[in-house]
Amino acid sequence: MMFSRVSPARLGGTQHPPRPFPLRHQLPRVIAAALLLVTVAGCTGGGGSAEPEGTIVFWHGWSLPNDIAALQKNIDAFEDANPDITVKTVPNVSDDKILQGLRTANGPDVVSSFTASAVGALCNGALSDLAPDLKAAGINTDEVFVPARIGYTQYEGDQCTLPLLGDAIGLYYNTDMFAAAGITEPPKTWEQFTEDAVALTEKSGGSYDPLGFMPSVTGYESDIGTWMNQWGPTYFTADGKSNLANDPRVTEFFLYEKSLIDALGPYTDLREFRAGFGEEFSAQNPFETGQVAMAFDGEWRIANIATDGSTVNYAVAPLPVPEDQLDSYGKGFLTGTVIGISEKSAKHNDAWKLVQYLTTDTDALVSFGNTIQNLPSTVAGLQSPDLPTDPAFRTFLEIAANPNSGSTPPSINGGEYLTILGRFAEKWEAGEVDDLHAALADVDKEIDAANAQSAN
Amino acid sequence: MQLMHNPPTRYRDAASRASARRSARKQDLQALPYLLPWILGISIFFLYPLVATVYFSFTRYDQINPPTFVGLKNWIYVFTQYGPFFQGLGNTFVLILLIVPASTVFGIITALVVINIRRGAGILRTLFYLPFLAPPVAATLAFVFLLSANGAVNQFLGFFGLDGPSWFTDPATAKIALTILGLWGIGNLMVIFLAALLDVPREQYEAASLDGAGALGRFWYVTLPAIRPIILFSVITGIIQTLQYYTQAVVAGRIASGQSIGPGALAVLGYPNGSTLTLPQLIYTLGFQNFDTGSASVVSVVLIVLALIFTSFLLRRGSVFLADGE
Repeated sequence: MMFSRVSPARLGGTQHPPRPFPLRHQLPRVIAAALLLVTVAGCTGGGGSAEPEGTIVFWHGWSLPNDIAALQKNIDAFEDANPDITVKTVPNVSDDKILQGLRTANGPDVVSSFTASAVGALCNGALSDLAPDLKAAGINTDEVFVPARIGYTQYEGDQCTLPLLGDAIGLYYNTDMFAAAGITEPPKTWEQFTEDAVALTEKSGGSYDPLGFMPSVTGYESDIGTWMNQWGPTYFTADGKSNLANDPRVTEFFLYEKSLIDALGPYTDLREFRAGFGEEFSAQNPFETGQVAMAFDGEWRIANIATDGSTVNYAVAPLPVPEDQLDSYGKGFLTGTVIGISEKSAKHNDAWKLVQYLTTDTDALVSFGNTIQNLPSTVAGLQSPDLPTDPAFRTFLEIAANPNSGSTPPSINGGEYLTILGRFAEKWEAGEVDDLHAALADVDKEIDAANAQSAN
Repeated sequence: MQLMHNPPTRYRDAASRASARRSARKQDLQALPYLLPWILGISIFFLYPLVATVYFSFTRYDQINPPTFVGLKNWIYVFTQYGPFFQGLGNTFVLILLIVPASTVFGIITALVVINIRRGAGILRTLFYLPFLAPPVAATLAFVFLLSANGAVNQFLGFFGLDGPSWFTDPATAKIALTILGLWGIGNLMVIFLAALLDVPREQYEAASLDGAGALGRFWYVTLPAIRPIILFSVITGIIQTLQYYTQAVVAGRIASGQSIGPGALAVLGYPNGSTLTLPQLIYTLGFQNFDTGSASVVSVVLIVLALIFTSFLLRRGSVFLADGE
């Protein structure tokens, strides 16, 4: 078609065939068309969209139909209460995409992430400080929310997120195996824990049937932050320096972990046995299959055990504590989903109304939490009569409400200090570290270097 | 006047050269619109990211706030303070040394088997090719369970009285396990070698046979020289792919270690003991877990430079792989 438009008349009235490509005339058009294409592509790309006034966009990570339906039920209730606001939800958004979305003006107004470790970085310019909104709404975070949950939702005083739903980690134990081993109650101290783990362990050759407990910081939910939390470590000094080598609690934890490995091991047998474990979120989870008698896990495992069809008989208790901290028994590690408002959102007020509703409305929190088997993050939510009465779930509610429960401190680099510590723990477990104090001092140096690298 | 009509040869040559240049330039300009999509594509998707990566390596950039120039700070951090860098670099080199030769040799062998087998070649070809179509995550999951301490492979070895290794859970064997996983998915390379082998002139084999060459001699003196360019291709693409090795190493490490791969899980990559840590994993960790795009860009630039060095070295010094005149 392009060539047919070059008439012989324009070529001087001769009968020469048209030139193969009339460059002088076509080139500017082609370039203009290409530039237009790029411009249009640039304008329409980016993932977000400029929604009309009154419509806010909410990105979250839930993907299961049941979870999405439960959240949508709350969104519908919010829209009914706020008829001038429409919420457009986008499910199953990973943290990487959330980060990219927050960089654009047309991205989401509200985001929710499963990764509390990213809060430190997101507080640094991606999410709005909610302190003025909280003050205007008369919400005292120390009274409304469980204190430990406020700890992982802010960074250096910038309350850029709020806790949505919470998780707590407890000790699942197989009651049949406990009874068979003559153990009448769950361990309260780590010394008792070792005794029970050994008593529950049946070793055959180089393998186990069952193993009392898998002593590893890479064993599903027994990661370093969760496990060491029971010793109450001080990760950083007041001036922000890594404090691991100087904190006797950290040394106590590592010495205890090694003693447990030695009691149940050797390490190579434990490593081989662990390699045969199934996927954590499947019916092949080693606690559900009876490969281990005790496991650290969250409240969600209750639902997993039921839906996976596992026949394991179990109960839940708080994780043990060191002998000299017995008065703090009942505490545990807390984490959960967080929710915040994009710094670039032009509809901050509407977005805040949604965030306020989802995080502080007791009915919304309890109904959502009950459906997806998570815990409310507010004090009022934990006292709701509508919560499940299942004893195992009640244990998690008590752990969540315990004033000594805690979490790991937020950092600007996504919890890199825990990654570095986890790498060290792997070497420690394998018996590759001779001088614990010197090795922890090296870990401190590496953490300080990583934090200095990330500092602005 | 005669001079006007018959200029000296050197003037005629100069005039014709200028005319040729004009003609060539004109042709170039005529080709430009056709090349524009390609030029735009390579500019947007290759040149810009390349230049941006180099630029970001000299900046503090968290993907949230605008980048700020910090000079060599990121380079110094990565090379002197970031512990996993040299471990990841070493692992990457070892994986190149293991995976590239093994997959090339295995690719040739499977192609030879398929081409020489009298019956069932089609079935065998399909069987060798199918694993290439398997999603890497699913394939790796299956391999970690197959190669676990009590997995099917070790049970099979047990029938012969052999104690199987720990595969993915032992730092000494984890990279070998990854290599075996790589060989399992050799299908694409087999197809390429198959095409190359079918292209070898049959008369050369006949001539070699008449000269008394056996099967080994025919392979050495006829087959190998004929497929040398394909071997070079296999080695170069194999090195580049291994430099980008990510998915299988991450999945294998996390499954074997018992870490969750669900959302919200903080990754300690490289299990066991950092032995499966590769440079692309560090890029992800630094860039998206630590929000340190500057340092991630440093590792990316190192990766690009390594790929360029390997490729240019093989292309310049790799004449041993090429037949005369190629």
